[in-house]
Amino acid sequence: MDTPVSDKSPNAEDREILDSVVIRFAGDSGDGMQLAGTQFTQATAVAGNDLATFPDFPAEIRAPAGTTFGVSGFQIHFASHDVLTPGDAPDVLVAMNPAALKVNLADVPRGGLVIINTGAFTRGNLKKAGYEVDPLTDDTLAPYRVLKADITKLTTAAVAHLDIGSKSAARTKNVWTLGLLFWMFDRSREPTVEWLKAKFAKKPELAEANIAALNAGHVYGQMAELPQNVGTYKVPKAVLAKGTYRNITGNEALAWGLAAGGRLAGLPVMFGSYPITPASSVLHSLAKLKHFGVTTFQAEDEIAAVCAAVGASFGGALGATASSGPGIALKGEAIGLAIMTELPLVIFDVQRAGPSTGMPTKTEQSDLFQAIWGRNGDAPMCVLAPATPGECFHYAIEACRIATKYMTPVMVLSDGFIANGASPWKIPNFDELKPFPVTFHADTEGFHPYMRDDETLARVWPKPGTPGLEHRIGGLEKNYDSGHISYDPKNHQKMTDVRADKIMRIAQDMPEQAVELGNDSGTMAVVSWGSTFGSVNQGVQRARAKGLDVSHIHVRQMWPMPRNLGDLLRNFDKVLVPELNNGQLCRVLRAEYLVPAEPLDKVEGQPFKVAEVLDGIEAALNA
Amino acid sequence: MPDTPAKKLTKKDFTSDQEVRWCPGCGDYAILAAVQKALPTMGVARENTVFISGIGCSSRFPYYMNTYGFHTIHGRAPALATGLKLSNPDLDVWIITGDGDGLSIGGNHLLHVLRRNVDVQLLMFNNRIYGLTKGQYSPTSLLGQRSPSTPMGSLDYPVVPTLFALGAGAPFVARAIDTSIKTLGSVLVEAREHRGASFVEILQNCPVFNDGTWTGVTARDVASDTQLWAEHGKPLLFGKEKNKGLRVVGGEIEVVQVGEGGVPESEVTVHDETNRSLAFLLAQLYVPDFPMVFGVLYREPRHAYDAAVVAQNEQAVAKNGLGDMNALLNSGHTWTVD
Repeated sequence: MDTPVSDKSPNAEDREILDSVVIRFAGDSGDGMQLAGTQFTQATAVAGNDLATFPDFPAEIRAPAGTTFGVSGFQIHFASHDVLTPGDAPDVLVAMNPAALKVNLADVPRGGLVIINTGAFTRGNLKKAGYEVDPLTDDTLAPYRVLKADITKLTTAAVAHLDIGSKSAARTKNVWTLGLLFWMFDRSREPTVEWLKAKFAKKPELAEANIAALNAGHVYGQMAELPQNVGTYKVPKAVLAKGTYRNITGNEALAWGLAAGGRLAGLPVMFGSYPITPASSVLHSLAKLKHFGVTTFQAEDEIAAVCAAVGASFGGALGATASSGPGIALKGEAIGLAIMTELPLVIFDVQRAGPSTGMPTKTEQSDLFQAIWGRNGDAPMCVLAPATPGECFHYAIEACRIATKYMTPVMVLSDGFIANGASPWKIPNFDELKPFPVTFHADTEGFHPYMRDDETLARVWPKPGTPGLEHRIGGLEKNYDSGHISYDPKNHQKMTDVRADKIMRIAQDMPEQAVELGNDSGTMAVVSWGSTFGSVNQGVQRARAKGLDVSHIHVRQMWPMPRNLGDLLRNFDKVLVPELNNGQLCRVLRAEYLVPAEPLDKVEGQPFKVAEVLDGIEAALNA
Repeated sequence: MPDTPAKKLTKKDFTSDQEVRWCPGCGDYAILAAVQKALPTMGVARENTVFISGIGCSSRFPYYMNTYGFHTIHGRAPALATGLKLSNPDLDVWIITGDGDGLSIGGNHLLHVLRRNVDVQLLMFNNRIYGLTKGQYSPTSLLGQRSPSTPMGSLDYPVVPTLFALGAGAPFVARAIDTSIKTLGSVLVEAREHRGASFVEILQNCPVFNDGTWTGVTARDVASDTQLWAEHGKPLLFGKEKNKGLRVVGGEIEVVQVGEGGVPESEVTVHDETNRSLAFLLAQLYVPDFPMVFGVLYREPRHAYDAAVVAQNEQAVAKNGLGDMNALLNSGHTWTVD
């Protein structure tokens, strides 16, 4: 927690005022930590704080109980100011069992508050977590403020009057803990109570039990004699721009953006997909939007998913697909077909840690090369990278606009961090978004399928079913002037050039690169892309607060890159590129602009901590 | 869309301006002619007709048809066709594939387009060899096939395309021969009339890499004894004098002599194209022990996938009204900052 803004005593509620707080809920994957985290997030949004979250769950659906690899975590950072990251280190750690303590304690700074469910510290659980000595009995917890409570027992007692069985009773301990934290941080219970009633509408006894547990946790905070160093806190409202807000995850925003993009293009959307972590929820969201002109197709594999999308685009719909790294690899050939036949296609790549199967539930940015160049032949494609969950909505729409205007596939690079993380999002007014209606080619005079627009170089889009425009396209090279198959050497050069030129022209249709923070020239530019926006921005902010001459540039147009980016980077003596891979954007910048870009890489399946970025900046400046 | 075009079309209307580039004597020429001849008899409109292919000799087919066409990537034509039908179910979609394209690299998609029952006609040209890549053995090559990749003979057992299709749950399974243009034409008509996935295996000769692979079945002088053209409701008879027949006894199938010195015709099994078990029995018959069975082996009316998807989309609109984007964006939990 930040240093208290004022002392504990004088204010009416006797609450310590804090500027920002990071809480991490950690427990067994069956302990309901994601639920507790999500509900705390809703309550925090209602309380008027800005926030960012980071759910971090194990790959196993139900890992063996009590083990360290079965620990599920949910971190929320909320503040009275702008929040850009879910926070480096938790001020408060909720450890529902020994394994959760074992995995997370090292992240808690000295003096941090650790809330422990002592009820789970049985000999068996301690052994499973790898503790030889009970950490509650030795000096493991000495550097921290500790609140111990037998949450299992307290919860069971709180719902004992309801006949729901001991198993169900124990299961409400996450809600009990939530109640305690609501009291501690002055959150309203009302939204959660409403949510529980709705969730258990068909099982009112469970709703009642959960509400009883929630209230019991809250009362416990009020009544129990807590250790002196554990207090109650208040985080004042953040100053947010006027408007209506909601929390949104990146995957939800991609799905809604695609539906919106189809609307703005005046086209039905055909979304072909195959389940893969962490992209599957895009399919789930879109499957609920059939009444928005969206057809969803769960294909037999990744290849069929993208092929169906390409087939749909050939038929005059807006074909789209989503996957993660391994699936995108499988789709490569069909993406090349869409590039060659110059058909619109929207592709979402929700990146995860690789290579191969890698770490499916962990985040990484290592598909940049694959996105820009990962196809056979010279197969250029537009690639966009939103920085936040909310931006996913905008870039999904942009992808639809560019795909249909330039007759090309467009890939949006998200990642596991953006996909699952939520942040408050100011809801746009759909009526204020500019439509980009598609006109299918209709003129039979002099028609061939590769007739191009002079300005965009996009080919015409004739729709099957139109008399007089019968034509054949395919993956073979075609003659520039007739669209017929051609093996002519000069023609292949010309077609390769025109395909590349068409994509490069998209840069004219997109904004110039802006500087997020700092001057547009100076000692060092820190260049980031995608989901690392928050930590890098904060890192640069702290560096500047220390008087360092550092600017933050955040790239969202990965290909073609913004037309002024090279000139902008040349204004700086040093270019530092923090990214969650082994130096992919760094190499692109060096190759494209011959600037002395240096990498700041991290591949641990976790987002950057602000401190890591700051350390990297200082090291690079001193190098 | 209406099936009746404004003017009566002919074979020429379905012929594109592209020079056909198959090897001289290739069975594909005959199939192309049969398709171009049969389409006008079906009263189809060129603009509503789409030919989709994968990769291989057969997959060049769309270029020669004056309809809409898409020459896609190896094995994936069924997936593209599925997406196309989902975007526009009114189109009449034909998939052209071969034994390598359809059963090797594209086996998965073939399985799924058939079991889903997407309303397409799928023509599999089976020459039991890879032609375009110069003669490697294919998944339908007979055991021991010598080829550049199997100089000592192939070791893996071939797949029977019609059995695969039946196993995948195809609701329409038929078999025809490249050079038998008239019978092929009538099978194509039946395939198109069927709403749902129609699978047609066409025995096709590759004169360059596997010449004569079907001669034992298709040669004129043996045809009457090696080909049985099945007709629904009629006894399964073959032979020049129609004096041989197939009889199912105890789940097994046998060839019987019919008439003098044999069994009465009433003992011969009557073809029932709605009987899936019978279709399985007929699909696996090969010369020399049996005749190969041609025509429609199996037909089962079933709701097509693409139509069902459209119906479900319409149901969603009927239930929720046409989606309101602002309502969606503001759905669930929201809060206002003043």
